[in-house]
Amino acid sequence: MAAVQDSAVVVGGGVQARPAAQGRWASIWAKHGAGYMFLLPWLIGFFGLTLGPAIASLYLSFTSFDLIRAPEWVGTANYVRIATADPKFAAAMQVTFLYVVLSVPFKLSFALLVAILLDRGVRGLTVYRAIFYLPSLLGGSVAIAVLWRQLFAGDGLINSLLAQFGIEGPSWISHPNYAIWTLVVLSVWQFGSPMIIFLAGLRQIPTDMYEAASLDGASKFRQFYKITLPLLTPVIFFNAVVQTIDAFKAFTPAFIISGGTGGPINSTLFYTLYLYQEAFGNFRMGYASALAWILVLIIALFTAFSFLTSRYWVHYDD
Amino acid sequence: MTDAIMSSVTAPPSAPLGRRGPLGSVLVHAGLIAASIAMLYPLLWMISASVRPEDEIFASTSLWPSSIDVASYLRGWFGLDVSFGRFFWNSLVVAVLTVIGNVVACSLAAYAFARLRFAGRNFWFAIMLGTLMIPYHVTLIPQYVLFLNLGWVNTFLPLVVPKFLASDAFFIFLMVQFFRGIPRELDEAAMMDGCGPWRIYWKIMVPLSLPVLATAAIFSFIWTWDDFFGPLIYLNDMNTYTIQLGLRTFVDSSSTSDWGGLFAMSTLSLVPVFFFFLFFQRLLIEGIATTGMKR
Repeated sequence: MAAVQDSAVVVGGGVQARPAAQGRWASIWAKHGAGYMFLLPWLIGFFGLTLGPAIASLYLSFTSFDLIRAPEWVGTANYVRIATADPKFAAAMQVTFLYVVLSVPFKLSFALLVAILLDRGVRGLTVYRAIFYLPSLLGGSVAIAVLWRQLFAGDGLINSLLAQFGIEGPSWISHPNYAIWTLVVLSVWQFGSPMIIFLAGLRQIPTDMYEAASLDGASKFRQFYKITLPLLTPVIFFNAVVQTIDAFKAFTPAFIISGGTGGPINSTLFYTLYLYQEAFGNFRMGYASALAWILVLIIALFTAFSFLTSRYWVHYDD
Repeated sequence: MTDAIMSSVTAPPSAPLGRRGPLGSVLVHAGLIAASIAMLYPLLWMISASVRPEDEIFASTSLWPSSIDVASYLRGWFGLDVSFGRFFWNSLVVAVLTVIGNVVACSLAAYAFARLRFAGRNFWFAIMLGTLMIPYHVTLIPQYVLFLNLGWVNTFLPLVVPKFLASDAFFIFLMVQFFRGIPRELDEAAMMDGCGPWRIYWKIMVPLSLPVLATAAIFSFIWTWDDFFGPLIYLNDMNTYTIQLGLRTFVDSSSTSDWGGLFAMSTLSLVPVFFFFLFFQRLLIEGIATTGMKR
C-alpha cells in the first residue's frame, strides 16, 4: 500500500515534472522573452556593428592591411611609428588640441554670456533664441563650410568689409597661421545649442536666492559670482565635456575648407581628417585603426580627467 | 529633473534679478540685435549672392541685390554631369529611410528598457549608454570592410541598414526618458484587459509619445541630410551622391569660376533644414534643453 502510494507519488511526480519543465521554459520566456524581442534589433546592431567591429579594429591596429591582401600581423609597429616617427601625426595632434583649446572656451563663454542676457526677462526672447540657434542647426553642412571658404578667402566677404575701413586682409584660409582661426570662428558661430542648455540651467536657479542676496546688499556682480556661477557649474561641466568631445571629432569644415588636404602646411589637419587620409586615401587600414584607438584613448583620458577634477569645482547640491 | 527643465523651457521667462532700468534694457537689446545681425549676415549675404548677376557677387557687401537673376540656380542645377535633382532625390531617400529606421528600432528598444522586465535589462542599458561615448572611428574600418564584402559600397545600404538596428543609440536614450514619464497605470490597466506587450507598445506608448518620436524623426532627418562623412566613404559613383557630396564635388570642380552656381545650390541644400527649423523650432529647442544634444 505504502509502495503503491510511493509509486503513485513518483508517477504523479513524473507526470507533473514534464509540464513543470516546459512550464518553466514557458514562464522564463513569458517573463524575459518579450524584452529580448523588443531589444533584438539593437542587440544585433550592438554585436554586429559595434562590439564585433571594435574588436576587429583593435586587431587590425596591430596589422598592416590594405583591403586587398589579408591583414599581416606587425605587432606594435603601427603604434611605435605613430609615437616616434610620424610628423603628420604630431601635426594633427597639435592642430586638434589647438582647435579644442581655442574653440571650446570661446564658444562656451559666448553661449553663457548671451544666455545670461536672455534670461533676465528680455522681450522677444523666443525670436533672439531662434536666431542664435539657427547657425547650430545649419553649421554642420557642406553649404556652410563652402560659405566659410568664400568669407575668408583673399577676395572674400570679410576682406571686402575690412577694405571699407582701409584694412587689407590676408587670404585667411590659405595662410598657415590664420586658417585654424577661420575654423574656430565657425565653431563659435554655432554657440546656439550650448546657449539653450545654459538657458535651461539658469531657469533652475531659484529666484528667492537673488532676492535674499539683494536684501543683504549684494551687487549684481557679486550675485553672479556667488550664486549664478556656482549653481550653474554642473551645466558648464556638461557643456564643456560634450563640446570638447565634439571638437575632437570635427571633420567636415576642415575637409571642405582645405579641399581635403588639411593644408596649408597641415595647419587644418584635424585628427579625423588625417585618419580619413590614411584609411581611404592611402588605404593603410591597420595604421588608421591604430589612429582610431589612440583617439578613443585621448577622449577617454580627457573624460576621466574631467570627471576627476569636477569634484573640485562642480557644485552639486543633493 | 527632466520634467522640470522641460516645463521651464516653455514657461514664460522669469526675471530673477528684477527688471533692468530703461537704459540697461536699451543697451541689452542693442547688443543682442547687433549680435543677431552679425550671426545672420553671412547667411543672408549668401542667399543674396545666389540671385545676383554673376559679375556683381564679389563687388558688393550689401545684402540687397540690384536685380534678381535666377541664372545661377539654373547653371548650378546642371553644373555637374549629374543634375542636382538627382542629389536631392538621393538625400531625400537616405534621410526618409533613416528616419523610419531610427523611429522604429529605437522606440522598440526604448520600450524594452523603459517598461519591460527581463534578466540583464540594467546591464544592457548600461552598455547602451556606453556606446554613446564611443567615437564611431573605432568601428569605422571593420564596418567598411564588412559592407565592402557584402557588395554594399555605392548603395545606400551602409547608410540606412544600421539605423534599422538602432545604431543611433542616442535616440533610444531620448525615448526612454520620455517613456518613463508616461503613467504606468495605463499599461497596467491594459494588461488587466489582456493586452500583451506588443499591443501596449502599439496602442499606448506610440500614440502617447508622438512628441518624442517627432523630435527623433526631425533630428534624424537633419543629421542625415547634413551628413558628409558617411556618404563620402560609401558613395563613389556620382549617380548615388547625396546633396552634400554633390556640393563638395562642385566646390572642387569650380572653386574659382562659378561661385554664383555654388551659392545657389548651397542655399537650396539648406532649405529642408530651414523648413524644419521654422515649423518645429519648439520641439528642437526642447529636445536640446532636456537631453543636452550638441547640435
